[in-house]
Amino acid sequence: MSEGHSTYTPKNGIERWFDARMPLPRLVYDSFVAYPVPRNLNYMWTFGGILSIMLAAQILTGIVLAMHYTSDTNLAFDSVEKIMRDVNSGWLLRYLHSNGASFFFVAVYIHIFRGLFYGSYKAPRELLWILGCIIYLLMMATGFMGYVLPWGQMSFWGATVITGFFSAIPLVGNWIQELLLGGFAVDNPTLNRFFALHYLLPFMIAGVVVLHIWALHVVGQSNPTGIEVKSKTDTVPFTPYATIKDAFGMMVFLFVFAYFVFYLPNYLGHPDNYTVANPLKTPAHIVPEWYFLPFYAILRAITFNIGPINSKLGGVLCMFGAIAMLFLVPWLDTSKVRSAVYRPWYKLFFWLFVADAILLGWLGSQPAEGSYVFMAQMATLFYFAFFLVIMPVLGLIETPRRMPNSITEAVLEKNKRAGGYPTGAAAAPETKG
Amino acid sequence: MKKILTSLALLGLVAAGTAAIAAEEHNPAAPTHFPINEPKEMSWSFAGPFGTYDKAQLQRGLKVYKEVCSACHSMNLVAFRTLEGLGYSEAQIKTLAAGYTIHDGPNDAGDMFDRPGKPSDHFPAPFPNTEAAAAANGGAAPPDMSLLAKARGVERGFPRFIFDIFTQYAQGGPDYIHSLLTGYDQTPPAGMVIPEGTHYNPYFLSGVSLKMPKPLSDGQVTYDDGSPQTVDQYARDVAAFLMWAAEPHLEERKKTGFRVLVFMLLFGALVYMTKRKVWADVPH
Amino acid sequence: MSATDIHDPNRRDFLYVATGMAAVVGAGAVAWPFIDQMRPDASTLALASVEVDVSSLQPGSSLIVKWRGKPVVVRNRTEKEMKDGAAVSLNDLKDPIARNANLAADAPATDANRTTPGKEAWMVMVQVCTHLGCIPLGQEGDFGGWFCPCHGSQYDTAGRIRKGPAPENMAIPVYQFISDTKIRIG
Repeated sequence: MSEGHSTYTPKNGIERWFDARMPLPRLVYDSFVAYPVPRNLNYMWTFGGILSIMLAAQILTGIVLAMHYTSDTNLAFDSVEKIMRDVNSGWLLRYLHSNGASFFFVAVYIHIFRGLFYGSYKAPRELLWILGCIIYLLMMATGFMGYVLPWGQMSFWGATVITGFFSAIPLVGNWIQELLLGGFAVDNPTLNRFFALHYLLPFMIAGVVVLHIWALHVVGQSNPTGIEVKSKTDTVPFTPYATIKDAFGMMVFLFVFAYFVFYLPNYLGHPDNYTVANPLKTPAHIVPEWYFLPFYAILRAITFNIGPINSKLGGVLCMFGAIAMLFLVPWLDTSKVRSAVYRPWYKLFFWLFVADAILLGWLGSQPAEGSYVFMAQMATLFYFAFFLVIMPVLGLIETPRRMPNSITEAVLEKNKRAGGYPTGAAAAPETKG
Repeated sequence: MKKILTSLALLGLVAAGTAAIAAEEHNPAAPTHFPINEPKEMSWSFAGPFGTYDKAQLQRGLKVYKEVCSACHSMNLVAFRTLEGLGYSEAQIKTLAAGYTIHDGPNDAGDMFDRPGKPSDHFPAPFPNTEAAAAANGGAAPPDMSLLAKARGVERGFPRFIFDIFTQYAQGGPDYIHSLLTGYDQTPPAGMVIPEGTHYNPYFLSGVSLKMPKPLSDGQVTYDDGSPQTVDQYARDVAAFLMWAAEPHLEERKKTGFRVLVFMLLFGALVYMTKRKVWADVPH
Repeated sequence: MSATDIHDPNRRDFLYVATGMAAVVGAGAVAWPFIDQMRPDASTLALASVEVDVSSLQPGSSLIVKWRGKPVVVRNRTEKEMKDGAAVSLNDLKDPIARNANLAADAPATDANRTTPGKEAWMVMVQVCTHLGCIPLGQEGDFGGWFCPCHGSQYDTAGRIRKGPAPENMAIPVYQFISDTKIRIG
């Protein structure tokens, strides 16, 4: 499955000319046509392609919005409204972009949870996983700064709260916060630099995506069984098999996306962001975008000092620690078996973790008072326990289920149970390519 | 799949439990969560996948805005030319715009001057700046109305926010505005302290009372089309008008959306059939 | 139907063609808003007409207003300027077309066709050189009309190109006298 020798043969003079000088057609052919993928990938594996589409869509809509947007505190809010009211198709492009951010995160969360479920981070895919985590971090930075640009109340107060994280750092905290803001509070310099960075970061994401795909094509896709590819019968060529399956996955995903853009464009936003920023008046509840809510809940759950660390710093550390956990997952999981399909206990705890993450998200949207605080603390405890205790311990004590010898065997077993295909149809499609 | 369902059920239980704990007892005279009453859900012509604005209603709403609201509330983002969306002709808009005085300038002599409005002008604000608006209204500037219908909304809570996805409920703003405007004249619970200079309204989003006194009364605005001249009708009309002001492209959005979704459905079906065909002889 | 047909270019299956064509239609529909947004927006188009009060303009004086981001000159011409303009034979003109948006596209560039009937003294014209868009200077050059300092184009008193690299007469915008002293441009 590693990048073996190329099977590309130039078909005509033009292709031969290019191949001798800059073999781009060869690269495309080897990476997106002949590239072998496990034949048993399910629809969870279409989210990589969906994410690429979403990144491209965000960059495209973002560039055209930037043609109409003004990053000045006096004009930003009105320029966004001008896009919504006067610019031709402006309302569509703006709703595509704002909801696109949300659906980008929907896709990335499914992608991450898929990785956690099927053990896609395990050797030899640690670097692939870490590059993915870096993309996720860049996405969070981009999403946060993008939310500031319309200069509504939530933009302003979200920016105030999030840059406030850095003031929790001992000694240099205030200095760092002023460096980020370019002043003593969120103001014109902040808005301008956020716009510049919001324009830059997506291209950095695209760069890391290239590395992510490169790393993927070196080690090859994991698959639902977690068994490495052993022979040619285990795989199918990327085109047409994976491309058409990805295309269908995209269509379903984009359908839901379009439903929100056209019928519920403000469902995922907050009404307060339709009020222009007012530095003298905080909204009743500051709520970040939904994709940050679990981390926001963890931040607020730390209401107590931990030894010499005060609660403010503790909250910030826990929040960043919650993201840092992801980077460590390849080494926290001690199991020799990759996929949760063959790990009954891990599977149970995985779904509890999903529930815990959703619960944290819901708690993040609720006011931090009464029983919510205690629940957030318990949910935070489970969040960290999942990574730091359950993952390492379970790998050592759990007895995995019997595993098939190869992907082909797993596929045939599954189909025999379902009574689907005639046994003769198992021939490798490779030979027919 | 069974696992997913089990987990969702588990999550539901946890959430329901939480909601039960959260619903702590409260004293009606000292509420801690606002609004005290949830907005009433009205039926709006612009709701749902095929929603369109009722132009007669928008025109009545504009009349209410002009004769009542505009005394204190600006509507800075709305230009007269866009009133075409209310069904007015170009000539009618010209006349309407000319009825307003626009402060413009400087002229060649360097002076500011007043001139009649043009269709390209926006609705002029009743106060020259926010400070003046606040000073004239007991310290709180009346909010600009251009986006009010999208800038107000009462949290829907679990599990309604899930159902809202399928019912396409996006009328929180107009519902809130209508409820607030019809929510005056109620007696506060015994023992409730209403701050001086404010008016009790159980539908108000951020407190027991607000600075704005009851703005509408029966018969205040004359309708030419025979619609009832009641506070309820005024409130509905002005709420619908404000929804239009906040989202003038709503009809176009929903119409485009329907076409897009139908196309995607057909195209998706084609892609699915192609996928089936490609994979037909490959067990996977 | 076996899997071999998938890569057989000679048997284009109807399903594949239909799917491919639907994809092209979809891509085209998606591309449109991205192009559409570049067109002048509603607020820009709304400002596309201006009204000018010309009551203070004596013969031999002009004023300039901004219309669609370009200077439009309104000139009350002197008797001499009108006479000079009317005396020019169409054969001497580099561009024999009136370029008057109020007239037919092929109207000849007579002095009368460059103005409005009954208001022959008044030149209302986009004062932008038809060569590469510079602003010509008024009442200069060999023909007493306009002279473009950028590349030396010379226009006569009716704004017609007489000499230099510019290909066309300066454009007359859509305008009308809404009263004796008021002109609406656009």
